[in-house]
Amino acid sequence: MKGSVRFENVTKRFGEVVALKPLSLDIAPGTLCTLLGPSGCGKTTTLRLIAGLESASEGRILIGGQDVTHLSATYRRVSMVFQSYALFPHMTVLENVGYGLAVKGTPKAEVRDRAEAGLDLVGLKGFGARLPSELSGGQQQRVAVARAIVLEPEVLLLDEPLSNLDAKLRRHVREEIRQIQQRLGLTAVYVTHDQEEAMAVSDRIIVMKNAEIAQEGTPEDLYDRPASAFIADFIGDANVIPVEVAKAGPEAEIRLLDRTYALPLAWPATGPAQLVLRPHQLRLSRDAGDGMLPAEVSYAAWLGNSVQYTLTTPAGSLFAIASPQSEGFRKGDSLHVAFRATDARLVPAASGR
Amino acid sequence: MRRTAGLWLLIGLAGYALLPWYMVAEGFWSFGWLAELGGEARSGLLWSLAARPWLWLPLAGFAVAGAALLAARDQLATARGLVAGGVLGLVLMAAQGLAILGNRTRFGLFEGETQPGMGAGALVVAAGLLFLLTTGISGLGRGRGDAFITGLVGAIVALVGIFVFYPMSFILIRAFELRDGAGLGLSEFLPRFLAPEIWSAACLTGLGNCGAAMNSLLLGLSTATGTTLLGLAFALIFTRTAFPAKRLLRVLTILPIITPPFVIGLVLILLFGRSGTITEFFSDAFGWEKTRWLYGFWGVWLAQMLSFTPIAFLVLIGVVEGVSPSMEEASQTLDANRWQTFRYISLPLMRPGLANAFLLGFIESVADFGNPLVLGGNFNVLSTEIYFAIVGTVADPAKAAILSMILLSLTLGAFVAQRTWLGRKNYATVTGKADSGQHAALNPGLRWTCYLVALPWAAFTLVLYVLIVFGSFVKLWGYDHTITLEHYKRAFGIVVRNGVHFTGAAWDSYFTTLTIAAIAAPLTAAVGLATAYLLVRQKFAGKDAFEFSTMLSFAIPGTVIGVAYVMAFNFPPIELTGTGLILIVVFIFRNMPVGVRGGIAAMSQLDKSLDEASITLGANSATTLRRVILPLMGPAILAALTYSFVRAITSVSAVIFLVSARYNMATSFIVGRVENGEYGIAIAYAAVLIVTMLAAILALQLVIGRRTLRRADRLEAH
Ligand SMILES: Nc1ncnc2c1ncn2[C@@H]1O[C@H](COP(=O)(O)OP(=O)(O)OP(=O)(O)O)[C@@H](O)[C@H]1O
Ligand SMILES: [Mg+2]
Repeated sequence: MKGSVRFENVTKRFGEVVALKPLSLDIAPGTLCTLLGPSGCGKTTTLRLIAGLESASEGRILIGGQDVTHLSATYRRVSMVFQSYALFPHMTVLENVGYGLAVKGTPKAEVRDRAEAGLDLVGLKGFGARLPSELSGGQQQRVAVARAIVLEPEVLLLDEPLSNLDAKLRRHVREEIRQIQQRLGLTAVYVTHDQEEAMAVSDRIIVMKNAEIAQEGTPEDLYDRPASAFIADFIGDANVIPVEVAKAGPEAEIRLLDRTYALPLAWPATGPAQLVLRPHQLRLSRDAGDGMLPAEVSYAAWLGNSVQYTLTTPAGSLFAIASPQSEGFRKGDSLHVAFRATDARLVPAASGR
Repeated sequence: MRRTAGLWLLIGLAGYALLPWYMVAEGFWSFGWLAELGGEARSGLLWSLAARPWLWLPLAGFAVAGAALLAARDQLATARGLVAGGVLGLVLMAAQGLAILGNRTRFGLFEGETQPGMGAGALVVAAGLLFLLTTGISGLGRGRGDAFITGLVGAIVALVGIFVFYPMSFILIRAFELRDGAGLGLSEFLPRFLAPEIWSAACLTGLGNCGAAMNSLLLGLSTATGTTLLGLAFALIFTRTAFPAKRLLRVLTILPIITPPFVIGLVLILLFGRSGTITEFFSDAFGWEKTRWLYGFWGVWLAQMLSFTPIAFLVLIGVVEGVSPSMEEASQTLDANRWQTFRYISLPLMRPGLANAFLLGFIESVADFGNPLVLGGNFNVLSTEIYFAIVGTVADPAKAAILSMILLSLTLGAFVAQRTWLGRKNYATVTGKADSGQHAALNPGLRWTCYLVALPWAAFTLVLYVLIVFGSFVKLWGYDHTITLEHYKRAFGIVVRNGVHFTGAAWDSYFTTLTIAAIAAPLTAAVGLATAYLLVRQKFAGKDAFEFSTMLSFAIPGTVIGVAYVMAFNFPPIELTGTGLILIVVFIFRNMPVGVRGGIAAMSQLDKSLDEASITLGANSATTLRRVILPLMGPAILAALTYSFVRAITSVSAVIFLVSARYNMATSFIVGRVENGEYGIAIAYAAVLIVTMLAAILALQLVIGRRTLRRADRLEAH
């Protein structure tokens, strides 16, 4: 299928270092899939394997259903946008954008027309005669995108394309990239370590950790149904609290500090587990109530559109976000914390303690 | 892969069927062989059909490769077939070449047969087989499946193998050969290698003369120490003081590099020799005795100091400038004074530069041939001993081989010692972040020391060069100072009568030298930069060994390479002596390491994502090299070209063994004049060479420098 990407047990070793444990993945055509994960987890390596800039130690790589494991990067229909943009400093913007067409022997006039169309697409009409050094960072970034898409690649790869831009510009450019991707129906693989960016642009997210996939799914999947404490914490902030599962089955029961809570979710086995609670799901009040935890405010920060609290409780330190309209607390105040059973999620206990 | 392989198969077969297999007498490019196609200039195919059936052998390789291309089911099988065919063909070709020589056969095969050295046909066939092999290797998924990369690696490995390792193996074999052809062994090598007359240290205890090896070692250490210290003084004056005449100093430090050997020695003789100007002056004025102190260790040392200090300077200035100002500033904010900052921060950070300068000085000194020849007197060093063992009245190749081994072990030993001393510490201070601080100035004591050491030296150099010019215009220096153009006329006379006639004695060698240097320089730069490209940008198995072998020829002294080439290329299968080709080849492989180093430095500054961007945009490696990397490497290309051009003109040690009546080089012409005592013409010739090189360097800068330098200023990928 044109534009699909498939890894079958692909491994990558650099000498002794295992950069990728046997990894299988499927990316559907026309979707934007993000590789997300902490530094050194193998995102760039995965991307470079798709591009053909690294060769797989083991396994098969298919692009558009065709086996490209041994095909060199030159002949893969894949373009890449680099973190450093990698614009050729000795060529004008137009020459940069037309480079891929020119080296394929496309007629000069056509190269120029298509390069100009590409610049138009990223909103840089009329910048063709400048040198890259005469552009701002955001403009350079868009030239790099234009250069990659004029070739009409099956797959567009982007390695942390926004990391050199400031926070405001980042949001703007990422929306542009997403729009172009959707308009052209491109398959795109996007590397980032910023989870907010990933949530904002992706159809699917593949979260990686320690050279393997930790979990994959749509942004909602990952946020609502994290498979591990790592995912819960990585995708949006989360409070992760160790608990005992007292009763397994379709309606699990957990025990936290001598209190028992019935949760409307299934859990396979009794024993230790971890409770995941999002900061904004914690309810704070001065009055005690059933199943509430006593807490003391150890830090409060007013951010304008929200108030953030760090709370000390018998179950450990918790992080809570409240709306500024709600009742305000100060450092040192005593209060009580509650959560709704439907908000709670369970993940397996941390292993390897 | 199939297309590339098919192309090479056709090229190889065409070479086999059409081109003369053996060397043709008048040279390939004269095309005289076209008339001889049925005779001596037969192609491999015709020779096989005629009387030399062993020439069918290379065809076996093509047959296997061709079968793989036509019959194999999938890519992997084709690739394996290509590899097998390439290896088979190359092995068979080498085997027949090594078995059947010009005058005899070896290994008991084909008794009674002979054949001349391989020529154009054989070259094309070998290239075809080699690239079938490398294309096959790329098909196996190596080198990221890029046939250009594997081909480039294959070509460089083959070239270094044939032109560095193959000749060096002759020296090894000669050195270990037992008397009366009794095979190889250590029993005679060790006593000769360690012979006391070579290693004797008697001069240190004042009991006679030292052996040649000990002399070389002492000279090398003294010269390396001296040039490193002087170079450091110059580099510090340049970067850390407000000395007013830096430009003039810069010129003075470049001049010796483009000065042909002997010239400095000659001028020293004319000044300090027994009847030299200064000697005469002191003997007249103060009644000092005229001595021959110049002919010996001190004279050679002085000449080497003059010749090689610029090299140390060039190495050190880069390093001294490279010490990050912010580290020095950090030290000063920690309340260290200028001397402490220099002593504990700057100097240690310059350690790799100092080690490099010392190593270069040492290698240059022990390999130096011109100065000891002119000034050595009874002071024997290895390089001249090797020369006399080959060309002397009693030619003794075995002795030359042993001495070469000793010389080689000195230079390789220095190489290893340097690596060990530097260890694995990281001295990189240029981080790529813009550093806007200021270098710490020197404290007054150090500054004046530098001035005191360097400035008299600079003045001395200046005087020498004025005297070179002067000497070329006077009749007979020291005796008759009438101004004359006679030397220039004899060397470079032109008669205009029915056209222009170059009647001067030097024209021949002058044109040969320029032609050969002009051919060798771009090739050297190309091979050096290609190697650098592979080392910096590509990953492949055996890269470390590859790097070491390309650097090896740097540690091999010119005299040794010269001897090795004479031994290896004087008879089939590769017979090159007496051709211009061997001179070009020797320059390429002598000077390549500098191109490699420069290329590595320049390429490391280019962000790797630039090439990767080009590759993912559908350009292949060759196009990427041509359209992205080369345009950004202007300065490195310029440096490599300049260096190899200058080196090809001024080098003498290897050349002296390889020149022939037809291809005489300027330096060996000058040696001849010096040996005849015709100093005037030698100096005039040298002056012309210096001017020629200056002009060439300026022209190169105009052509290459202008166009690419400006845009290459910004090398980050933004
Ligand atoms: N050329 C190489 N040689 C050796 N190890 C490498 C090489 N390239 C990557 N690695 C290792 O492989 C692992 C994965 O690297 P990779 O570049 O894919 O990480 P990443 O997820 O992109 O991290 P970051 O977010 O920091 O860019 C790292 O541990 C890294 O050290
Ligand atoms: Mg990365």
